[in-house]
Amino acid sequence: MKTENQKAWFLVLPVLILVAFSAVIPLMTVVNYSVQDTFGNNQFFWAGLAWFDDMLHSERMWNALGRQIVFSSIILAIEVPLGVLVARNMPKKGVWASVCLVLMALPLLIPWNVVGTIWQIFGRVDIGLLGYTLDALGVDYNYTQGFYAAWATVIVMDVWHWTSLVALLAYAGLQSIPDAYYQAAKIDQASRWSVFRYIELPKMRGVLTIAILLRFMDSFKIYTEPFVLTGGGPGNATTFLSIDLVKMALGQFDLGPAAAFSLMYFLVIMVISYVFYIVMTNLDKEEGGE
Amino acid sequence: MTDRTATRTATVPDSAPGAAVLPGDVSHEDANTRLRRGSRFSGSAVVMTVYILFLMLPIYWLINMSLKTNREILGGVSLWPEAPTLQNYETILTDPSWYMGYINSLTYVVLNTVISIAVALPAAYAFSRYRFMGDKHLFFWLLTNRMAPPAVFALPFFQLYSSVGLFDTHIAVALAHCLFNVPLAVWILEGFMRGVPKEIDETAYIDGYSFPGFFVKIFMPLISSGVGVAAFFCFMFSWVELLLSRTLTSVEAKPIAATMTRTVGAAGVDWGVLAAAGVLTIIPGALVIWFVRNYIAKGFALGRV
Repeated sequence: MKTENQKAWFLVLPVLILVAFSAVIPLMTVVNYSVQDTFGNNQFFWAGLAWFDDMLHSERMWNALGRQIVFSSIILAIEVPLGVLVARNMPKKGVWASVCLVLMALPLLIPWNVVGTIWQIFGRVDIGLLGYTLDALGVDYNYTQGFYAAWATVIVMDVWHWTSLVALLAYAGLQSIPDAYYQAAKIDQASRWSVFRYIELPKMRGVLTIAILLRFMDSFKIYTEPFVLTGGGPGNATTFLSIDLVKMALGQFDLGPAAAFSLMYFLVIMVISYVFYIVMTNLDKEEGGE
Repeated sequence: MTDRTATRTATVPDSAPGAAVLPGDVSHEDANTRLRRGSRFSGSAVVMTVYILFLMLPIYWLINMSLKTNREILGGVSLWPEAPTLQNYETILTDPSWYMGYINSLTYVVLNTVISIAVALPAAYAFSRYRFMGDKHLFFWLLTNRMAPPAVFALPFFQLYSSVGLFDTHIAVALAHCLFNVPLAVWILEGFMRGVPKEIDETAYIDGYSFPGFFVKIFMPLISSGVGVAAFFCFMFSWVELLLSRTLTSVEAKPIAATMTRTVGAAGVDWGVLAAAGVLTIIPGALVIWFVRNYIAKGFALGRV
């Protein structure tokens, strides 16, 4: 067991100071803006909760939130089953396992704006393999103009970018299953499905929960990839929460509403983080118990 | 196994009339399992091939584009460059306004990695070994910063770093990226440190090591793979981030990611150079990925799994 030692605070102090500098001070600025109004010239006056009230009744924010939830749900519905499928089909050991790991992880390490660029180049009707092929097949595809084409491209891009994360986590979960389990299942003549349902799935429960939470969280703050690919268009079709927020804060300099928006956004993230934290600590406990 | 064979032989007399059927049955079953195993193997191979093709195709297309001239790119779609040229790479590697982007990015990424690991090591040790007032809250608070959307912080960061005179410097971006990289490093390192038995610490103290001596000489070598993985992930998440690094810089510390937007000019987009710049940003990750391949899942899951 861990020992009680208040001096451990000294070891944590550097992290505390650094993160306080880069998180607490900026966040306080946001709080500050969210309750004030200005006519320019750096003159601010108290506005109370007016901005929050405004944002809660703003169609624009609700629309962005709606698009965000639809987007996150779709990519989770695709990435989680696909990731599990890939993980189950990965070679268990040997050179091929390593090669698969490396190739699969490659998209995860590409700068996010380059991910957007790659899909831009890949999807364009005039120069892209995907766009050109679809066009040649007679599909009406143009991700800068078509609503469905834009959504489909953004979703396929995210699936391309992040499915490997789910697959790698699920694979790590599968690796932890002792061979004896499979042998036992074989003796019982268990079908592939029951092996999956009663052995693999329970063993993957922990890692899959982590994967879902991470993917949900990261998709919820997605900015760069759709920004490079579609710029939030056509119209506002792919304007997700972060894109809308940056437009408001840096584009139009609407500090008050943007700050109120930020805080509500942050609150959602905090709640999900808390769920994540609980899952993690429970997982640690289970591990310790075994 | 033997049990089952025994049962089967035992049941043979019972199904006596079907004795002739039985061998056929067995071989049928054998063939079936063999077939199933065989088809499962190739089924896996097919799934993996299709998936990896799906992953590689866009990257292949980027590389393909980077080896073409703009005239060839716009002239029509072809699966490989007819006259491969390194001209696009040459443009980037000889023009300071291009290659300084890489140097700027690398500078703040390395600064950030060093700072993150340096402060995270003692903190992770504290979290993995001791209970202290507020430890759980602190650990959770760190996590919320990893999860925080950078878009929320873009404007306040801009104002904060402008007011302390750090705007457009490498250190500003490095400090800003600490927002999510320090928590990440603490979580990953804590995950690795809990795997080291506490008895080692106690033995070292009995042997007369001071805390710093023990930490550097005994503990660090034991978690060296953890430090490597944490450093890799700090490097990576700082390297792939664009929103904050773009907001906090203008000229002097402009990252390559922001430089890439330059290719959109009056004469349209310079696709060849854009593709070449993209390829060059993939290389750092691709070079080191082999070394961390077995820890990738652990790193992405913040040191758990």
